[in-house]
This record gives sequence, structure tokens and C-alpha cells, in this order.
Amino acid sequence: MLNLLAQSATEAGEFLEGLKAIGAGLGYGLAAIGPGIGIGTVVGNAISSMARQPESAGMVRTTMFLGIAFTEALALIGFVVFILLLP
Amino acid sequence: MNLLALEFPPVNHLFDWPSIWFEGTLLAINKTVLIYFGSVLVTMMIFGFAGRQRESLVPAGIQHVAESGVNFIEDSVVMQTIGPDGKKFMPFLTTIFFFILFSNITEVIPFIQFPANSRMAIPVTLAVLVWLIYNFVGVRSQGLFGYLKNSLFPPGVPKVLYLIVTPIEFISTFVMKPFSLAIRLWANMVAGHLLLVTFAVLSAAMWASGGVGWGGALLLSFPMLILMTGFEILVSVLQAFIFTILTAVYIGGSMHPEH
Repeated sequence: MLNLLAQSATEAGEFLEGLKAIGAGLGYGLAAIGPGIGIGTVVGNAISSMARQPESAGMVRTTMFLGIAFTEALALIGFVVFILLLP
Repeated sequence: MNLLALEFPPVNHLFDWPSIWFEGTLLAINKTVLIYFGSVLVTMMIFGFAGRQRESLVPAGIQHVAESGVNFIEDSVVMQTIGPDGKKFMPFLTTIFFFILFSNITEVIPFIQFPANSRMAIPVTLAVLVWLIYNFVGVRSQGLFGYLKNSLFPPGVPKVLYLIVTPIEFISTFVMKPFSLAIRLWANMVAGHLLLVTFAVLSAAMWASGGVGWGGALLLSFPMLILMTGFEILVSVLQAFIFTILTAVYIGGSMHPEH
């Protein structure tokens, strides 16, 4: 399939642009998998501990945001690569 | 870029603004700089006016805004992360929170609609400032040798593992912390702006086609635009809060080493 694409592209530059776009899309999608699962785990556990001990909800919420921020950084780095690879 | 046969502006055009004054010099002023001036001015005005008012037991007006802001930072940031001896950082943290909040929230204010923090300059500057402050605080409260020892050689690790742990700790303390702080703020704002632009372009296409384009599916884009505007307000406040709380965590970490 890549050969076909290479033949149909009139210039080598266009072919590279297409590969970049594929790489950017795939890269961002792959980078979002791990943080997605991670944020789900963080928020789910925070909610269950808030439901178990409502009096500690404030502290749990602060820690939850911290955990989300640290987990989210990976997805954001993937997003930055996506932006950089865009033509 | 052509998306669904719509004219979608290239990403560079969304974030590059032409200079308005002093074009070509280092002091060139464009929309981003004006937004930053505005948010500095609003932050200064809120606390300046609140401080000049006669102190009253029941706060009203601008004093109420300033007091609830300070209370919020004290209760949910400083006391949760640093503790009572972090109160001397209250002015710094409150200023950073309000400055970032006001320069983010322009994302959804009509006729401005550009988050100033989606340009990398000020997030990087703030992150470098935070880096300098937490290193300075660490050296001052533990001494240079103690600070390096506590941050590079965490206690309770078998001696052999220091070969792996020390480089990782070095990178995470002195490189990744400010880097991720800046990237987090910037990338969230860029993503939000792109999202709003996408739905705004779709809504404009819907308007132009009289709401019948693509089998009426574009009718969904306008409710989505409203929904996303609400979501971006949440993200703006949350990112300002997260920047502040991470700053407090880093300062607290270099003030009180783990034992």
C-alpha cells in the first residue's frame, strides 16, 4: 500500500507530508491510551475514597488533581509532538 | 488544511498575531502582549482596590472577591501542600493564580477569544521563575549539600540502586519539573483553542448552508460549541489552579525533605 501511495504522489515531498500526517495521528492516539487509563484509575479511586469518607473529600480532591496533572503530562507531550509534526 | 471540504485555517494562523506597535523591534506589541498587559492590570486592580478600601468586617464588592481568592489559595493550596510555614508564599501563589486565570479566561471572552498562554513565552518564564524559587528555598532551608543529598539520594533505597535512581531523580527534579509545568499550561490552552476554532468553523459552515449541510449533521456543531465553551471555562480555572498547586508542592518538597 505504501508503494501505491508513493507512486500516486507526484513528488517525494508530498509522500513525506502524508507519512508525517499518518505518524502524527497515530502518535497522538497511542500517546493518549496510557494517560486515559491512568486518569480513569486516579479519578475512580478518588471517587470511591470520597464516597467512603466524605469528611476527607477536600484533601482527596486536591491529591486527585495532582495525580491527574502528573498523568496528563504524558498525553500532552504526545499532543505537542502531534502539533510539531503537522505540516 | 481542508477538512470535510471546509476551509480550515492552518494551525500557525491561529496563534500568530501581527504586531500592532513597534513592529520589528524587540518590544513589538501584538494581541498576546496586550492580553498579558490586561491581565496584569486586572490582577493589580483587584488587589489594589481591595487593599485601599477601609477594612470592614463584612466584606463587600471588590474586597469580597480578593478575600475569597486569598482564602481559596490559603485553604486549598497552601495548607494542603506546604503547611502553616508556607504562608509567606501566599502573595506569590495568589498572584500567579490570578494572573494565569485572567490570561487563560480570555479564551472564552467574546471579541478577544484567544488564550494568551497558548504562546510559549510566558509559561516558560513562569516555569523558570518557579524553578529558581524552589531551588533557592531548598538551598536556604537545607543548605546546598543537604538539598542536593535529599533531592538526588532519596533515603531508604539500597546502595546499589543509587546508580539508577540518582540520574532519574536529577532529571525529574531539575529538568522535568519546570518543563512539564510549562508544557502542561501551554498545551492545554492550545488544545482548547483548537477545539473551539474547529467547532466555530463547523458552525459557520452550518450557518452558511442554512443548517442543511451534511444531512443536517452540522446542526450538532453549534450546541457542541456552547458546550465546549463551558468546558473551556472549567479548563482555564483548573489549569491556573493546577499550576499554583504544583508550584506549592515543589516549594513544599524542597522545604520539608522526605524522611
